[in-house]
Amino acid sequence: MLRATLKSLLSRKLRLLLSGLAVVLAVMFVSGAFVLSDTLGRTFDSLFTNAYDNTDIQVQAKPKVDVDGDGQGAVPANIESTVVGKVAAVPGVAKATGLVLAEGARVVGHNGKVVGGASPSPRFGVNWAGEDELMSLREGRGPRTSGEVAINAGLAKTGDLTVGEQVGVLTLEAKKTFTVVGIFGYTGGRDSVGGEQTVAFTEPVAQQLMLGATGVYNVIDVKVTDERDLTKVRDALRTQLGAAYQVDTGEDLAKKQADNLKQVLSFITYILLGFAGVALLVGVFLILNTFSIIVAQRTRELALLRAMGASRGQMIGSVMVEATVIGVVSWLVGLALGVGIGWLGGFLVAKLSGDLEVASLGVPPAAWIVSFVVGVGVTILAALLPAFQASRVPPVAAMRQANTADRPLTRLTVAGAVLLLAGSGSLVYGLSGKAGGNTIWWVVGGVFVDFIAVALLTPLLGQPVVSLLGRLFSWSVPGKLGRLNSGRNPRRTAITAAAMMISIALVTGISTIFSSVDESIGKVLDKQIQADLIIAGQQTSAIPPSIDPAALRQVRAMPAVDAVAAEAYDAVLVDGKQRFVGAFDDQAAASRVLRLKATNGRVDRLGAGELLIDESTAKDRKWKAGDTVAAQLSRGEPRQFRITGVFANSGGGGGMIMSWQDATTGFRTATATQAFVKLRPGADATSAKRDIDMVLKDSPEVNVSTRSEWIGNQLKIFTFALFMVQVLLFVAMLIAILGIINTLVLSVLERTRELGMLRAIGLRRGRTMWMITVESVVISLFGALLGITVGAGLGAAVVRALKDKGITELSLPWGLMATYVIGGAVVGVVAAIIPAIRAARLNVLNAIAYE
Amino acid sequence: MTATLPTAVDIAARAVDVWKVYGSGEAQVIALHGVSVELQRGQFTAIMGPSGSGKSTLMHCLAGLDTVTRGEVYVGDARVTGLSDRALTDLRRDKVGFIFQQFNLLPTLTAEENILLPLAIAGRKPDRDWFDTVIDTVGLRDRLKHRPTQLSGGQQQRVACARALVARPEVIFADEPTGNLDSRSGAEVLSFLRNSVRDFGQTIVMVTHDPNAASYADRVIFLADGRVVDELRDPSAEAVLDRLKRLDVTAAQLADGAVDGAV
Ligand SMILES: Nc1ncnc2c1ncn2[C@@H]1O[C@H](COP(=O)(O)OP(=O)(O)O)[C@@H](O)[C@H]1O
Ligand SMILES: [Mg+2]
Repeated sequence: MLRATLKSLLSRKLRLLLSGLAVVLAVMFVSGAFVLSDTLGRTFDSLFTNAYDNTDIQVQAKPKVDVDGDGQGAVPANIESTVVGKVAAVPGVAKATGLVLAEGARVVGHNGKVVGGASPSPRFGVNWAGEDELMSLREGRGPRTSGEVAINAGLAKTGDLTVGEQVGVLTLEAKKTFTVVGIFGYTGGRDSVGGEQTVAFTEPVAQQLMLGATGVYNVIDVKVTDERDLTKVRDALRTQLGAAYQVDTGEDLAKKQADNLKQVLSFITYILLGFAGVALLVGVFLILNTFSIIVAQRTRELALLRAMGASRGQMIGSVMVEATVIGVVSWLVGLALGVGIGWLGGFLVAKLSGDLEVASLGVPPAAWIVSFVVGVGVTILAALLPAFQASRVPPVAAMRQANTADRPLTRLTVAGAVLLLAGSGSLVYGLSGKAGGNTIWWVVGGVFVDFIAVALLTPLLGQPVVSLLGRLFSWSVPGKLGRLNSGRNPRRTAITAAAMMISIALVTGISTIFSSVDESIGKVLDKQIQADLIIAGQQTSAIPPSIDPAALRQVRAMPAVDAVAAEAYDAVLVDGKQRFVGAFDDQAAASRVLRLKATNGRVDRLGAGELLIDESTAKDRKWKAGDTVAAQLSRGEPRQFRITGVFANSGGGGGMIMSWQDATTGFRTATATQAFVKLRPGADATSAKRDIDMVLKDSPEVNVSTRSEWIGNQLKIFTFALFMVQVLLFVAMLIAILGIINTLVLSVLERTRELGMLRAIGLRRGRTMWMITVESVVISLFGALLGITVGAGLGAAVVRALKDKGITELSLPWGLMATYVIGGAVVGVVAAIIPAIRAARLNVLNAIAYE
Repeated sequence: MTATLPTAVDIAARAVDVWKVYGSGEAQVIALHGVSVELQRGQFTAIMGPSGSGKSTLMHCLAGLDTVTRGEVYVGDARVTGLSDRALTDLRRDKVGFIFQQFNLLPTLTAEENILLPLAIAGRKPDRDWFDTVIDTVGLRDRLKHRPTQLSGGQQQRVACARALVARPEVIFADEPTGNLDSRSGAEVLSFLRNSVRDFGQTIVMVTHDPNAASYADRVIFLADGRVVDELRDPSAEAVLDRLKRLDVTAAQLADGAVDGAV
């Protein structure tokens, strides 16, 4: 029995290849994701272990406003210099050194842009504390006056900077110029520890520019007298310093930082897993279909075996063995490919983040296990149904004519209808908002169940739709025959089309959501922003891009300019909740340029200790003008703020606005990040833009754009997300193509005699190919049409659910939908190529030979 | 280019010194040994012979379904040998009709659509009167809207006959058309074939190994080991059977001789 199964397996290599490919792809993405995160993980582990090799213990002040809740990316709190002495007095401490070590020193390169561009690697500004075990000068000397800096060799190389040169550096303050007096490197001939850039200033300059005040540090480096007491000293320091400080050993820090970076990069893993999910979803249909067809084709053979006394169990077993072999082979191939892309991904990430040494290739146990479950498990699961079909073949079928009538679709239809009701119910419940925090689960669950329901209903829908679609091609005889063939086996057509349906429904759904969000935000921005020109930039480090105040003064002085509202942002804890809060250097101009409309109180002026909030915040928190709330800014102690106005929701300005005075003392940096410029009536925007561009040459991180350019930029993120979705579709389409090829090749095989007869009575080769192509196109068009319908429907449902979140516009991506349908037709044509050639090449004599 | 064809008017198809060799070396099989036959227009010809004697091969060569190794084949006045696949396809479409043993019809089409299929493929308009005549002769008037699965084997084969006939081809080739039918349905199909020759002047060539089927023909050509070995005119079943028996003996002797020669 086993031998017979394996033999029949080998005789159908092409089919196995095709059905296996979907599994291969899925396994590839899954194992790739695991290998990638493992490789990156080990790369970063060793990187940070290295970096903190010489660190015994570090003391930091806990950030006052913690952006991510992990201390990372937060504004480092400053440590008074008196604390250094306190630390040094703790028993077991050999030496305590106050350091300035903060992110955000951006060096302006020869081309006037920030060195390293948008690279995510950190840009540190530090105080020069002389050489140590880790770091030594390669050239020149350390900075001695406030106008001097030393830089690390990595930065020198990237920016092509040499000793003696003048460089501009952006910090918390606007661009300042320094002379490079030294270039330093690290042990082992390294230019940097992990791809970072470092600028070392004299201590007071570092304190002022990186921490915003002199006489403070943000890190205390502690050396212990005895290495063995490391944790003891750490714990002693913790008790001594209290909850406001963070005390970590070098080892703790290495782990923390590595974990952090891993988390930041985990999105890559998620993208790969997303691809795997889609590949699997579509692959299940493919495998199910292949095995159903194989079973249908072998009906007589199976019946004969049954007649000769093979048990039902043996029938199921023979199909399952086949599935297992396919699953295992595909799993191994997929795993090998996955290891490849995982390693490649790790390599690319490491190179992009500054020439890191990639950890050696490794396949973590999770990659083996999960990919095995995915590959083999899913294949077997998908083959179960066909296996039971095989076991139900009655022995008498061996005596009957081959083509038995299709089973009725009643049960399938009933199951589909029930699921559709359940899914839609869940969707409606979720959308009604009654589910509270679980809304998203009800909606996603409903969408998922509806997907399956539609897949089950596909055979029923297929009959009329396919025959309708087919009429498009019925003007020719081969076209008509192709149409009839596609309607011949509704189940098979349906499963094949379902693969197409799912992939297209997914992207149509997501595109619908994106284009609605895009449209909604765009509309709000367009309505709110009355500025003609906007000065804004890309954030490249922990410190947001800054506009030189001198430049702003020049812009204000331009005759064409009517008003300028420059804005700074920071994270603030308002009543215990973290919010982004904006502040304008000219509130009156801001209220005009951003069209702030007061619904309560006044919004066109703002003094110290006052706060403006938008309507939805007011509604959420039940605040109104006159209330006082507590707020903790990046600097200083918690304070009470009085709400003096509520403004109608807007796209600009965020949800809360503070006075410029408060921002200057409390924000991490009160340098404006973006500025909205309103021109005088009749002023020429193009020449004004040119003039402002000139003025901004010392603010390399920002540039000026027109209103529509700026709105387009704000929506860029959606364009990128949509692009990723298109790539996803491409993968899914690829698998759907495989599915159609599979079905068609099998159909051609099944209809060998028919094709032979048609060729014998005079159907030309080209027209035979056309016949197969029509069949293919009809199936894939059906899938595509169903897909855009289901996708648009479900997408619209989700958009509806987001109405409260400000997504008020429903925008169907018509252009994309049309593209998908055309894509569907193209898929049909492509999928038909191989089967059509096979059909046309068919040897007429063999085809009609009687056996 | 040897044949300028003065007699072509009377000949529907002919083979001139046709050789057909399959394979090479050890596995070489010579299916046809220089066969020359002329099939007269308006005649019902049967090709008979034991299994493996080359009947089907000869028919396939005559019908433009297979190429010959050597020799020439003509259908009507068209030379078949050397035509491209496309030209062969068109020749079959326009000049040849087929009736196979089984798998004759497209299950997706009704009986009527199946019958009109060759005309549809050729893009020709059916002649309504002729269509009606054919339908009435095969007695399928009330079955036209049925699908093949709803028809009995005999009815299906009659649909196939009607399909071959409705395009009025130069010649109809039938390979064992009654092989899959019970004797009564077989007799129906055979008499229908004979009637269409007699009443409409249709040329039909039928391959069979059934002497009874052969007795419906005007002329029987006997094949043995790829050679034409005999022929009969207006045969009876008994006469055919008799010839066949003698042929078997000759064939056996031929085979023995070959073995002896080889030793
Ligand atoms: N495609 C082929 N390849 C090799 N030998 C073949 C092929 N077709 C037929 N033959 C051989 O040619 C001979 C004649 O075959 P065929 O014409 O089918 O005989 P018949 O129809 O009289 O039974 C047989 O010996 C057969 O084995
Ligand atoms: Mg034969």
